[in-house]
Amino acid sequence: MFKYILKRVGFIFISLFFIVTITFFLMQAAPGGPFTSERKVPPKIEEQLNEAYGLDEPLIIQYKDYLVNIVKWDFGPSFKQKGQSVNDIINRSFKYSLILGFEAIFLALSVGVFLGVLAALYHNKFGDYAAMIFAVLGISVPSFILAAVLQYTFAFKLGLFPIAKFDSFMHSILPAVALATTPLAFIARLMRASMLEVLNSDYIKTAKAKGLSSRVTIYRHGIRNAILPVVSYLGPLVTAILTGSFIIEKIFAIPGLGNEFVESITNRDYTVIMGTTVFFSILLLFSILIVDIIYGLIDPRIKITGSKGDQ
Amino acid sequence: MSHSQIKETDFEPIHYEQSDAERIAGESTSFWKDAWRRFKQNKLAIIGIIVILLLTIMSLTGTMISGQNYSDNDLLNANQSPSLEHWFGTDHLGRDLFARTWYGARISLFIGLMAAFLDLIIGVIWGTIAGYLGGRVDEYMMRIADILSGVPYLLVVILLMVIMPAGLWTLIIAMTITGWIGMARIVRGEVLKLKAEEFVMASRSLGASTTRIISKHLIPNALGAILVTLTLTIPTAIFTEAFLSFLGLGVPAPKASWGTMTSDALSSLRYYPYQLFFPAFFICLTMLAFNVVGDGMRDALDPKDRR
Amino acid sequence: MKKVLEVNNLSVSFQTYGGEVQAVRDVNFELHEGETLAIVGESGSGKSVTVQSIMRLLSMPPAKFKSGSILMNDEDIVTMSEAQMEKVRGQEMGMIFQDPMTSLNPTMKIGRQITEGLIKHQGMSKKDALERGIELLRLVGIPNPESRIHQYPHEFSGGMRQRAMIAIALSCNPKILIADEPTTALDVTIQAQILELLRDLQQDMKTAIILITHDLGVVANAADRVAVMYGGKIVETGTVDEIFYAPKHPYTWGLLGSMPKLNDTKKELQSIPGTPPDLKDPPKGCPFAARCPYAMKVCDTYMPEYQHSSDTQKTACWLLDERAPKVNPPENIFVGGVKEHE
Repeated sequence: MFKYILKRVGFIFISLFFIVTITFFLMQAAPGGPFTSERKVPPKIEEQLNEAYGLDEPLIIQYKDYLVNIVKWDFGPSFKQKGQSVNDIINRSFKYSLILGFEAIFLALSVGVFLGVLAALYHNKFGDYAAMIFAVLGISVPSFILAAVLQYTFAFKLGLFPIAKFDSFMHSILPAVALATTPLAFIARLMRASMLEVLNSDYIKTAKAKGLSSRVTIYRHGIRNAILPVVSYLGPLVTAILTGSFIIEKIFAIPGLGNEFVESITNRDYTVIMGTTVFFSILLLFSILIVDIIYGLIDPRIKITGSKGDQ
Repeated sequence: MSHSQIKETDFEPIHYEQSDAERIAGESTSFWKDAWRRFKQNKLAIIGIIVILLLTIMSLTGTMISGQNYSDNDLLNANQSPSLEHWFGTDHLGRDLFARTWYGARISLFIGLMAAFLDLIIGVIWGTIAGYLGGRVDEYMMRIADILSGVPYLLVVILLMVIMPAGLWTLIIAMTITGWIGMARIVRGEVLKLKAEEFVMASRSLGASTTRIISKHLIPNALGAILVTLTLTIPTAIFTEAFLSFLGLGVPAPKASWGTMTSDALSSLRYYPYQLFFPAFFICLTMLAFNVVGDGMRDALDPKDRR
Repeated sequence: MKKVLEVNNLSVSFQTYGGEVQAVRDVNFELHEGETLAIVGESGSGKSVTVQSIMRLLSMPPAKFKSGSILMNDEDIVTMSEAQMEKVRGQEMGMIFQDPMTSLNPTMKIGRQITEGLIKHQGMSKKDALERGIELLRLVGIPNPESRIHQYPHEFSGGMRQRAMIAIALSCNPKILIADEPTTALDVTIQAQILELLRDLQQDMKTAIILITHDLGVVANAADRVAVMYGGKIVETGTVDEIFYAPKHPYTWGLLGSMPKLNDTKKELQSIPGTPPDLKDPPKGCPFAARCPYAMKVCDTYMPEYQHSSDTQKTACWLLDERAPKVNPPENIFVGGVKEHE
């Protein structure tokens, strides 16, 4: 177990190294990038930059310094936000994104699994059709359109929810719903397919043949097994929530990291773009590791050495 | 059953032909014919196909119908609600939204189809080579794909769009750079599976060349999975385009796409909701149509799921 | 001997896109205490559907009882409520399936899978049930049951899993055990062990067994009586001796002819040419007529009635009609080529 995690963490660091390298050289190539000579930045920041990156140094030295700084968890100063470092921006904004993200993940998982099970149990009946029509709509309506519609209807017109900002739980409901809907729909479809397969399996017949009630059979034997594919979707789910937050946070003016990232793109604030990209990558790689560990705990067939059991 | 009318002569032996006994009960149909029959039964998918066809026709001809130009500014008539003159109204620069919507359809559909097509080409070649050769080549090729897909797709596309000059083809290329990986994985999986099957081994033991095995056995049998993936790639590409336009990384003005139109409309949503309605509606409709058709194709092509 | 189960005129259909599939048509048989009834037939002959109907394990719809009754203790399973069925399943009848790799829940420990039924039907405490579970595992020949009971199915071998399945099925001492091809997925050596285990347990527990198989070797080994199914119907039934030494139905002849015999090295194995009938549109007459080398005109149009050739043997075949030409079964179907009866 310990050895497995160590190995995975090692792999994460290799991936991170690639990501940092690629982002560094991509930004290098960017028009008006931070490391090109044609930049026009205020002299004060110029000074900071020179200090932070040693911009007079050859490229390879700059690259080495950037790597060292990343290891020290120092993403450097922001270009456009005076006196702010990228670390400041992350520290200030990430908590909002985290709260919103967790709410959306919770919503997507609970409602998605529920709908999927419902659809499978009422296979080819009204409940199934209703849930699946909802799911295909959920997949087809982009989150930002849903966000706009929700904001217009429930905040502008009906006044049931605050329009923007992120000060209370009420503020978080509309953005969380907008963010969660597409992954929720995916989970519902995944859960339905997996549940249908499980319900047709022999061990469900065994459970029924024991005389267990259909409720016990479904809960104890069905859902526990059918949920495994949903657990492996948790990685993509985190990615979807994270990238979705870029736009949702912007629409609802939430001062989260996604919004900062979008701002930095609009302003071409390259150090912030780089810093947040690296930060997002670290976040995702570790979430995927955690998901894999959870999967190993749920499915006894997976030995946490990374190899599957005999089935 | 009454046995009273049985006659003595009924007990004469009859001799069936051997071929008669080997006759297979029920009509046998080819895989594609069977799939098509199942697809046709799916009314939603048929409606989806019709919607896609209509949208395509409108994207080609729609700009000419209203007699308005998609890029002409007319500040005196800015932000007008739908009327006889401007069927979908006008935007903040007074441009006709009906013409813009169908011009946007052209751009959005083109991006979607082109990105899906490029993914298809690269993905099928990459996946077939990796799956067919197997071994170390496969391992390295898939490792490269793993590293490329380690960073989220949208993040990569955003970074590429930041450094590349804005434009239609930039958008398509940025989407393709990591977009093909999904297709490659699916093709590789299919090829690996098919390669081990008896009919391929039989063909190889009869001396069929590699090209023949790939083109006659592997690709046709993987075609179902490829088609489904292709159909489901298009809505993803349309979504990505809209997403990028929203971040200001889409097609540059005065060109319009549904994404840029949605993005423009959002800033004045409170006062002119109709400006959001049309592009948003058509994005959703297009994605819905492709998703429904993709689902229908998957159901039709995957007989084990027939219930 | 006490009758524990009586199936009368049972017909079961499935509603599919292509139409109604009449999987089981007018099936009759009975089962006595402590005996083993083998149901044989090729795939699609309706044998699995028959036994799953007895347990009411078919999902309805698409399956549907068209007619008939399944009587157990004078109660009809066909009309029972789901709540009543829960008491029947596990308690009165147990079932084991073909593939022990898929018939155990992969994410649940063996112990819990055994004790579930005991806790539900016998009201045992968790602790008592676990002790009984260990006892049951020992009974079915699993070594170290104390530690095995805390393992997951994937830690068991195929044979072990089938033993565990048998332990689960027999945990509440059911009167009837339904074994749906219990040895098909196992190695030949393990097959024999499992059959032996079933026979030993049957003697101890007086369980009646319905054994589904397409392997006549298994039948010869394990069964007391045999019902031969074809095209959703029972075409012949009799004791093991009658079926092996005095078969009357050409389909039974075909089955016997396709069975390898130890001391017969010269003759080729016979196959039955053709494919089973399409049960969406079953033939009016004898279902086997299209493949029967002795078919007569009458076979195509009229379903033959059962002809009794002894108290225990009955056969649905027009050849047994007095108007039919005399046909003798081919010689090569008999074990060692010896024919004992006419």
